[in-house]
Amino acid sequence: MRAVGLILAGGNSNKMRELTHKRAVAAMPVAGSYRAIDFALSNMSNSHVQKVAVLTQYNARSLNEHLNSSKWWDFGRKQGGLYVFTPTITMDNGYWYRGTADAIYQNLDFLKKCHEPYVIITSGDGIYKMDYNKVLEYHIEKKADITVVCKELAQGEDASRFGTVKMNDNMRIEEFEEKPMITSATTISTGIYVIRRRLLIELIEHSAEEERYDFVSDILIRYKNLKNIYGYKIKDYWNNISTVEAYYQTNMDFLKPEVRNYFFKQYPDIYSKVSDLPPAKYNPGSTVKNSLVASGSIINGTVENSVIFKKVFVGNNCVIKNSIILNDVYLGDNTYIENCIVESRDTIRANTRHVGENGVKVVVEKNERYAL
Amino acid sequence: MRKKEMIAMLLAGGQGSRLGVLTAKVAKPAVAFGGKYRIIDFPLSNCINSGIDTVGVLTQYRPLRLNTHIGIGVPWDLDRNIGGVTVLPPYEKSTNSEWYTGTANAIFQNLDYMASFNPDYVLILSGDHIYKMDYEVMLDYHKANNADITIAAMPVPMEEASRFGIVVTDDDGKITEFQEKPPEPKSNLASMGIYIFSWPVLRDALLALKDEPGCDFGKHIIPYCHGNGQRLFAYEYNGYWKDVGTLGSYWEANMELIDIIPEFNLYEEFWKIYTNTNGILPPQYISEQSVIERSIICNGSEIYGEVHNCIIGSGVTIGEGTVVRDSIIMNDTVVGKNCVIDKSIVAESCKIGDNVTLGIGSDVPNKLKPAIYSFGLVTIGENSLVPDGVQIGKNTAISGVTVKEDYPDGVLESGETLIKAGEMA
Repeated sequence: MRAVGLILAGGNSNKMRELTHKRAVAAMPVAGSYRAIDFALSNMSNSHVQKVAVLTQYNARSLNEHLNSSKWWDFGRKQGGLYVFTPTITMDNGYWYRGTADAIYQNLDFLKKCHEPYVIITSGDGIYKMDYNKVLEYHIEKKADITVVCKELAQGEDASRFGTVKMNDNMRIEEFEEKPMITSATTISTGIYVIRRRLLIELIEHSAEEERYDFVSDILIRYKNLKNIYGYKIKDYWNNISTVEAYYQTNMDFLKPEVRNYFFKQYPDIYSKVSDLPPAKYNPGSTVKNSLVASGSIINGTVENSVIFKKVFVGNNCVIKNSIILNDVYLGDNTYIENCIVESRDTIRANTRHVGENGVKVVVEKNERYAL
Repeated sequence: MRKKEMIAMLLAGGQGSRLGVLTAKVAKPAVAFGGKYRIIDFPLSNCINSGIDTVGVLTQYRPLRLNTHIGIGVPWDLDRNIGGVTVLPPYEKSTNSEWYTGTANAIFQNLDYMASFNPDYVLILSGDHIYKMDYEVMLDYHKANNADITIAAMPVPMEEASRFGIVVTDDDGKITEFQEKPPEPKSNLASMGIYIFSWPVLRDALLALKDEPGCDFGKHIIPYCHGNGQRLFAYEYNGYWKDVGTLGSYWEANMELIDIIPEFNLYEEFWKIYTNTNGILPPQYISEQSVIERSIICNGSEIYGEVHNCIIGSGVTIGEGTVVRDSIIMNDTVVGKNCVIDKSIVAESCKIGDNVTLGIGSDVPNKLKPAIYSFGLVTIGENSLVPDGVQIGKNTAISGVTVKEDYPDGVLESGETLIKAGEMA
């Protein structure tokens, strides 16, 4: 492969509320059996990018645990491999990653040692499937300096949490705004970039000299008139999960047959760490409608329009509606949960009621669990 | 010098012909069990859970599925720098090349493999039983008795003892006598076919009996060692152990998994069963119209119909309006719409058309192989196709791509067998 991969998985998002108190966004469980970073990692692997670095900083324990072996994504190779870079204190640097560009700068030696001519940069919180080779071919064909993968927003969708772009007829990006308060643009950047490795090193070093640390505002936006930055539009499914609402919606999207078919049935697959759980079990009294259930779960109650992650126990007479129950949650008998996201490893006592009245409620109880 | 205290040799070469069409294309240890698992996963998981990281798997009959399933042993953590899992098929020699002619002959042909690990003990296992056992505890027992051979044995009801190989012991567990399927058993301890040998004892016995035709552990090696006055002990095992050698016992053992608290519990934390899921990871989808009761269902299946008392494998689709009862549906099988399926075993990657009925009519014995296709079951071999709208009776077997013309008046009567050549691409 002609490219090395960089996954920016360091960011924290306070828009995820309690959900990122114990993990980075890239480690969020998604679609029942996966974690967010599985999508970027699988895309890399399926695009034959053999050398991938994950740059991580906030709350990295959960992410590090998930990445403790690289074999699940087929990165256990002699050529290439999976590298996880957290900030370290060195002779000439004692800072955390002060931004995305700084994160790359602090690991510039890695990039300098690579021999691949191109770099593919992506975030760890995008839920999508992509053959990066197609973007790379486009990049070469356009003789671009940087290629930004873009997507049209659906009508009425809020652009203010994204970077928005405007392109000319030749697809060159002429305007780029980061998280605009108000905008007429309907095309957003997905945070997936292709750039020549030597150019990236040059731009990052230059930014560092000027004490500029953000890849989007200090490189993409600052250089947009100087360098040829092109947009590559995608029409396939892409979502990022950086807010509670987006996270909820992305998970619920998997209840649609076309989304399931696209991610689960069509080649190539999305890989994840294998957890060796037994099949899901449906005991007498269980009623399940329009829901996803992951392995290791035991269902005794009612589940409707919900996503049940791995190893969840649903007690007798429970009712779960329009909710997401994350990994290893125990729901005591007669619990009623509607419009909620229940945080992983929690224990909900019998007869508990949680309803998200205005939007989705994040349930974190942190109760003690008594071994059964 | 390389050294492993105990290595395991897992006999997985048998066909298991009593499982009928289920083992027409795969060896018995590779037959699916409990949805996503295969029978061989149980002894393999027992090995790694017992701290045995060197396992030789002896294959002979139809080994492709076993080979792809085991691979380099990643699911069982048996991908090791030294040891790990090694698949051992029969091989050609400069003289006297032969197939594995018996259980002990197969082990004999792999003396070099065993010797390369310089073991103190060798554990002999078979790949066709469902159980959880800590072989390390059995090894401790072997050492404590200063035994040459330890045989795992379990108590069976006295009235059934005459169906088994029986060991008779003294008060210390030392074996005094063997009885093979005795009309009048002196004990109810049945041999489970699990042996720990001290390595020199095994090596010497295999070399001494190397010219024995069809050399077998139960028939030749054990009696030979017993006759030589070696110390043989019985290790009594009282947990769950199931021989799934017949379609009836196979179906029953699967069905036991769906009890509220099953005797054989897959949900225990401390003795996990590992398997190769073949990359099928997604959660299962249960639709708006579906009804599910007392069943276990595996990764990536999509259920649009009704499922009662069933074991559903990975990647299965059950169509709208279909009702499945008391059945086992294995990985990647697609069942069409408005079918009624009662008490059936449908093997992997089959396609059942729309409006098909399985398990109708009366319990007539199978005409071809009454001993195999009984228990009122419908058995469908892997990669089979059943066309739309047909009805199939009890004690029947189907294999291959079948078309409407194969079913007179759209019906396969109870007791009939329909084996066709060819399979779906």
